[in-house]
Amino acid sequence: MAKKVAFLQGNEAAAHGALYAGCKFFAGYPITPSTEVAEVMSAELPKVGGKFIQMEDEIGAMAALIGASLTGLKVLTSTSGPGLSLKQENIGYACITEVPCVIVNVMRGGPSTGMPTGPSQSDVMCAKWGTHGDHAAICLVPASVQELFEETVRAFNIAEKYRMPVMVMPDEIVGHMRERIVFPEPGEIEVIERTGPSVPPEQYKPYDTSYGDVPPLAAFGSGYKFHVTGLNKMQDGFPTTKAEIVQAEEERQVRKVEANKADIMKWEEYLCDDAEVIVVAFGSTSRSARFAVDEARKNGIKAGLFRLITFWPFPEERLLELSKQVKGFITPEMNLGMCTGVVKGCIEGNAPVLGIFRVDGEPVNPGQILDKMKEVK
Amino acid sequence: MAGRYEIRFSGAGGQGLILAGVIMAEAASIYDGIQAVQSQSYGPEARGGASKSEVIISDGPIDYPKVTKCDALLALTQEACDKYSHDLKEGGVLLIDSDLVLREPPGNFKVTKFNITNTAKNEVGREIVTNIVALGAMVALTGVVTKESAEKAVLSRVPEAFIDLNKKAFQLGYEKAMAAKG
Repeated sequence: MAKKVAFLQGNEAAAHGALYAGCKFFAGYPITPSTEVAEVMSAELPKVGGKFIQMEDEIGAMAALIGASLTGLKVLTSTSGPGLSLKQENIGYACITEVPCVIVNVMRGGPSTGMPTGPSQSDVMCAKWGTHGDHAAICLVPASVQELFEETVRAFNIAEKYRMPVMVMPDEIVGHMRERIVFPEPGEIEVIERTGPSVPPEQYKPYDTSYGDVPPLAAFGSGYKFHVTGLNKMQDGFPTTKAEIVQAEEERQVRKVEANKADIMKWEEYLCDDAEVIVVAFGSTSRSARFAVDEARKNGIKAGLFRLITFWPFPEERLLELSKQVKGFITPEMNLGMCTGVVKGCIEGNAPVLGIFRVDGEPVNPGQILDKMKEVK
Repeated sequence: MAGRYEIRFSGAGGQGLILAGVIMAEAASIYDGIQAVQSQSYGPEARGGASKSEVIISDGPIDYPKVTKCDALLALTQEACDKYSHDLKEGGVLLIDSDLVLREPPGNFKVTKFNITNTAKNEVGREIVTNIVALGAMVALTGVVTKESAEKAVLSRVPEAFIDLNKKAFQLGYEKAMAAKG
């Protein structure tokens, strides 16, 4: 049978990706340019026995998400800019309590209300450092409608596998763009389920590290009871201030991502093998970059594209390797240098990094990237 | 067709230009089996303000999803025409509403004009189908999607009760553009 094909908007594809992954709960508060995610979930979740709640605000939505996830459901929220700021306290709560959840944040201009309908890529630092304290962060930055579907499925897989919040961050262009999408059949993309307890309720501890860095998570309502708190906690979930436990637990929660970076990180290298100038880009900007790289190659410039698919964890080691072969990197982005700074930080000064920054609500166009290539000597 | 063909539908918010772009792209991508990307740009207003919907159609993969050098532009209002005609390429297709766009942009374009909004209002009978009249005209003037595919795409997007209305709007737009093109 022919596969189901549709001409779909990015935001709609994110919602369908969540449903494919088995999402059964959505709580959120509508905000441009992410509203279509909520719209599709409100129509589709009831059909699969799920629940959709429009909450009183964003932090309430995040709280509802954590509660629903603790009952064993796969959960989603969607928001943009100001909404992401409002969610931060409870994103930290999900980090320390290690509750799986997926947050789709469609990037618009900021700070504050900024430019509600304009595209931006300026939330990538907020994805890592928006909530206070040391914690691991995972942020996926897809560049097409098809990839937004697939990366949303993967976001659920990572969230469940590593017991933590995962952010999917299309920019407004990718979120609102429409393209042809081919829906995968059930089973065609792997869907990972949460690991539950293998011991009876009386022996269960929610943060039992004898299973490794990601302890099994029981579902409320299935006979298992445990304590959930934002305080530093012991293996049984109750608070502690014991120095050695707090140190070990904080380190474990960061290590569970650091040690599994190879499993989580994803990028695409296009014509990088012999490249003398490499454009590092993500989201819709990477599409301008690919166009520019093709044009440059026609003119005899050895250009390549390094396209980030995960922004966090960041592929530092691979960029350090590539920095030894290139004459320079170009980092176009719709912010004032967030990715540029990270690239500079990981290449040990081996090559110049030339940024192109736009925050005027317009995309970085291929011509700007081509012009910048001429500056690489 | 060879390479990219870039189309921009522009006018005021609320005129249905985003939908016109979506239908054009759908005709190419789903019914004609070539590639298409549609994107949009609009202000925070629910009605009014300049609004645009861009469609890139190509026989190969489409990287950059926005217009670089516009091949064909629809402008339903003077504001949109002033704001969005700057990158229309020489010899490009320009379709304007002859009642609403009185100052044409300077340049060497293939200009076609007729009373698009009033055709919808008076001849089809409902102003709400202005976008479909304009779409029919753009299909005729650009020739990048087949008329059959465009019509199928229109009909798949409208409720049953409005099929005849939209068929009529599309057909009139197509015919008037052909006649006005000269």
